[in-house]
Amino acid sequence: MSTAWRPAASLEALEGRARLLDDLRGWMRDEGLLEVETPLLSRAGSPELHLDSLHVPRAFPDGAEGWLGTSPEFHLKRLLAAGAPDVYSVARVFRAGEAGRLHNPEFTLVEWYRRGAGLDRLMDDIEALLAHLLPAALLARAPERLTYREAFLRHAGLDPFTAGLDELRTRAEEARESDRDSLLDRIAGLAVYPALGAGRISLVHDFPASQASLARVRDGDPPVAERVEAIVSGVELVNGFVELSDAGEQRRRFASDRAARAADLRQCPDLDENFLAALESGLPPCAGAALGFDRLAALALGVDGIAAVMAFPQDRA
Amino acid sequence: MANYSTSEFKSGLKIMLDGDPYAIVDNEFVKPGKGQAFNRVKVRNLKTGRVIDRTFKSGESVEAADVHETDMQYIYSDGHFWHFMTPDTFEQFQADEAAMSDAVKWVKGEEICRVTLYNGSPLAVEPPNTVELTITETDPGVRGDTSGGGVKPATLETGAVVRVPLFVNEGETIKVNTRTAEYLSRA
Repeated sequence: MSTAWRPAASLEALEGRARLLDDLRGWMRDEGLLEVETPLLSRAGSPELHLDSLHVPRAFPDGAEGWLGTSPEFHLKRLLAAGAPDVYSVARVFRAGEAGRLHNPEFTLVEWYRRGAGLDRLMDDIEALLAHLLPAALLARAPERLTYREAFLRHAGLDPFTAGLDELRTRAEEARESDRDSLLDRIAGLAVYPALGAGRISLVHDFPASQASLARVRDGDPPVAERVEAIVSGVELVNGFVELSDAGEQRRRFASDRAARAADLRQCPDLDENFLAALESGLPPCAGAALGFDRLAALALGVDGIAAVMAFPQDRA
Repeated sequence: MANYSTSEFKSGLKIMLDGDPYAIVDNEFVKPGKGQAFNRVKVRNLKTGRVIDRTFKSGESVEAADVHETDMQYIYSDGHFWHFMTPDTFEQFQADEAAMSDAVKWVKGEEICRVTLYNGSPLAVEPPNTVELTITETDPGVRGDTSGGGVKPATLETGAVVRVPLFVNEGETIKVNTRTAEYLSRA
């Protein structure tokens, strides 16, 4: 008889997951963050190049289409622009087509924002939260902070800003690709990230400006994005930004992502004019981060892959 | 021929790479940061058995290999080829020495084997997990040694040599595990 009706996670894992979520909410409360809820189903969505939203036809009573959000970011920033204090949300998010040991098309994202925070404060927050939630055995060594360039120099033996296309192609095992960021992503996934976070929290910051996403870019030579990713045991757990608040720049980035998607014939939600209007009205200086809660739970509970901490992952959803 | 997208990848899937048929052994979806996703795949060359790592951009398509496995009965060898027949349609296939590989040591005729067909020809032959074969040559057991701890080599009718307990004699038929080449019992 088929056992596909049964949960993928053990009851023990589900209990552990619930305890972690309690601990997380406790930490957020002690830090003075307000828990808020935002729509999973939106009228607009993210055009981000490598994230695909799920489309819902006739989602709204007026017949308009909707999109299942890839993150609560736009709504949370609208709240901040409207004067909300530091906020966080524990939300289900959706990313079409992502499935694997560390991916599920629907997963739990914890996202939080600190007003007035810069990159250092953001990294302090990430370290403190992860240290609060992960068992000490995984964090025997002191956390490390290294730039994207240092991470590549150390673990891939190349400078991501100056390496030639041929060298990137060889290291990425991808002879036909000519987009630098795609090649760097591949090398990050093959060589750099797997080597990070061994017995510690590794915080990689100062990304190439071309990978800024919604982060502010800091002038310099080269200019870098004030973006950080946290890796523990080779698993990427957190992505954070010092948030871009310039509406014009944000609009230009969206336009460029939308053009790239259109060139690939990939679907794309409508531009989120409400979000852009919120930036125009003034997003206070802030930094924010998103934590993949399923991955955190899998690491904390010592199980292999996120399916082991999900009652019903995609194949039995 | 059909194509498979990376989203259909799973272990056991048979695909064509560089003109050879491969089976996927392990597939991992990798997506660094907000970057482009790819699949890190371990594949086994079905001709050579060699396992290699390959990466594919997620969404990429790969040609399916015309490979499938069927149970067939081994009939006879003409010295160059080993002949098999499907029990239901009586269709006959001939496997060469490379396809037979280790299987030659375990079959004498009438065994049901698992035959991997590639473009309609046998690519690999798996003998049954256990076979019954007659010992054609072995030293007589040493009288008085009944501990059962001692073993001796025995040559079987197919030419295979296995280690058997001292009490087993020439002319007897025994059961052998073909995966481990170990004696199991008297038949």
